[in-house]
Amino acid sequence: MSASREPRPYVNPFVAGTLLGVVLFLSIFITGGGLGASAGMSRVQTGFLDLLAPAHVDRVAYFAEMAGGSRNPWLHYSIYMLVGTVLGGFVSGLWNRRVKLETRKGPRISVHARWGLALLGGLIMGYGARMARGCTSGQALSGGAVLSVGSWAFAMAIFASAYAVAWFFRRLWT
Amino acid sequence: MAPFDLTSLGFIPYALVFGAIGFGFGAALEMGGFGDTRKLAGQFYFQDMTVLKVMFTGIIVAAVLVALATSYGLLDMNRVFVNPTYLWPGIVGGLIMGVGFVIGGFCPGTSLVAASTLKVDGMFFLLGALGGVWLFGETVSSFQGFWLSSYMGRFTLPEWLGLPVGVTVLLVVLMALLLFWAGDLAQQVFGQKRPWAEVRRVPGPRSLAFAGTLVAASMVLVVHGQPDPESKFARMGPELRRSVEERAIFVDPAEVVALRKDIGVQVAILDLRDERDFNLFHVGGSRRASLSDLESPERLKLLVDQPPTTVTFVVGSGEAGALTAWRRLTALGVPNLYVVEGGINRWLERYPVDACVAERVGRADAKDVPAWRFLYATGSSQPAAWPELEASRSFRSPCGEVASAEHGGGVHARSWPAATYTKRVKLKSKAAVKGGCG
Repeated sequence: MSASREPRPYVNPFVAGTLLGVVLFLSIFITGGGLGASAGMSRVQTGFLDLLAPAHVDRVAYFAEMAGGSRNPWLHYSIYMLVGTVLGGFVSGLWNRRVKLETRKGPRISVHARWGLALLGGLIMGYGARMARGCTSGQALSGGAVLSVGSWAFAMAIFASAYAVAWFFRRLWT
Repeated sequence: MAPFDLTSLGFIPYALVFGAIGFGFGAALEMGGFGDTRKLAGQFYFQDMTVLKVMFTGIIVAAVLVALATSYGLLDMNRVFVNPTYLWPGIVGGLIMGVGFVIGGFCPGTSLVAASTLKVDGMFFLLGALGGVWLFGETVSSFQGFWLSSYMGRFTLPEWLGLPVGVTVLLVVLMALLLFWAGDLAQQVFGQKRPWAEVRRVPGPRSLAFAGTLVAASMVLVVHGQPDPESKFARMGPELRRSVEERAIFVDPAEVVALRKDIGVQVAILDLRDERDFNLFHVGGSRRASLSDLESPERLKLLVDQPPTTVTFVVGSGEAGALTAWRRLTALGVPNLYVVEGGINRWLERYPVDACVAERVGRADAKDVPAWRFLYATGSSQPAAWPELEASRSFRSPCGEVASAEHGGGVHARSWPAATYTKRVKLKSKAAVKGGCG
């Protein structure tokens, strides 16, 4: 019985990648655009900010574009996609018995340190993603598939930078 | 022809389509192990090549499928969003994200999946990312100049390399396969610390079959090529053919003149006739261009990237040549493109020149044969070349007398007869059914 509770193994990366590629293709084929996550996050954040400080949203050009005046930041395809992504991850996790309240981390750091660093890393990542006009999915994946020069430069920059700094943060992961 | 206009579906189906795509996206990421931060971070310590493999497999599979769909005329690439290139902001953003990746152990999409399977670190990362996008919105105005710099528009690898799409896709596929192979070696040497003699250097049969399939599909692309504009136009759907049959793309010269007066619109006129006819008479401000010039990549890019307030007209002596140009350029993605109805022949009928300048030798019908014979080259010096200018009425008449507006009603104090016409030009902002990760 306990064996059946074990999470199932992840699928072969090439199979997962092919699946991802087919989803990406369908997105481009049907909607004329690729996948994305950070645009949706940007709108969720602006949407909350609009509830708390609508006047501020109207004053900052970057937010006003999404939620200024009577514009509704929530009614946007990127939000629907975001909701779908969370559901898709949840259902797949449920099916493969991987939905479990836990913290994944490197062996040498504490859970609380992991939480703090995840928060910090998220902050940096969110900032960089808007700077680059897209995250790993919106820029590297989607732009890469339609052969955009900027997206390929961006993808290489991420990998180059991550490999360059990995040594300094090795305590976090190894 | 795909992509489809989803906005006409109504709210619920529209949201469901995107929700379903997101669902597939989230599920694929979760199945690949992207919900586990150790798998992601392991990439940068040569412990686990999942990130590299899943990501680049996704890219090349999608790239091959997209190129196949355009190659066989199923997908109109001009209406697909291609992330515009802002080179340096993209690179700097990527460098920042690389640091965030190693510290936080996720990227935004994967943190969604991690959080959805109740990984607490994923939730913290997500919270941080929301803070990061907020911080960016608050601070971007202080470096707006940089953020908007090195803009290259829609700029793709085939354009950059000067290679056909199929060849570029093949190169990208080969590069990715090489990367997978090198990644496997690096994982064995640096991650598992195997001595070189024990490193498995030949991929397994299933990996080779997978690689072979992708290379074969790319070879199909290389051989089949991308459709030429005429055959692509034929597949672009009945609305476009109808707009030709119902003459919705043929614009009366009088409407062209009215638009030239409109300060909210820029009018560009491309004259397709040969140099001789162009020199004899052309509409003021028009440029002479052959169709093959216009289809060259550099010229085409300028036409496609025009601001949405620009209307472009093609004009010939009659309509036939201009219509061919319209079909081909429309298939190549030039927005707001129209044909001057009846060509220069109709133009001169509506805005005549003096009898001592040109004499009529034929009918102004749709054929591409000049209906007027000019006695000398007038370029754009005739009043008829600038009908929108009030002053053109009192141009010096070439036939000897001076026209004068003060003696209104005199023979040469012409005013162009008011024309009635059906308005045909509808400015459309082009692109894309939707934006990308914007």
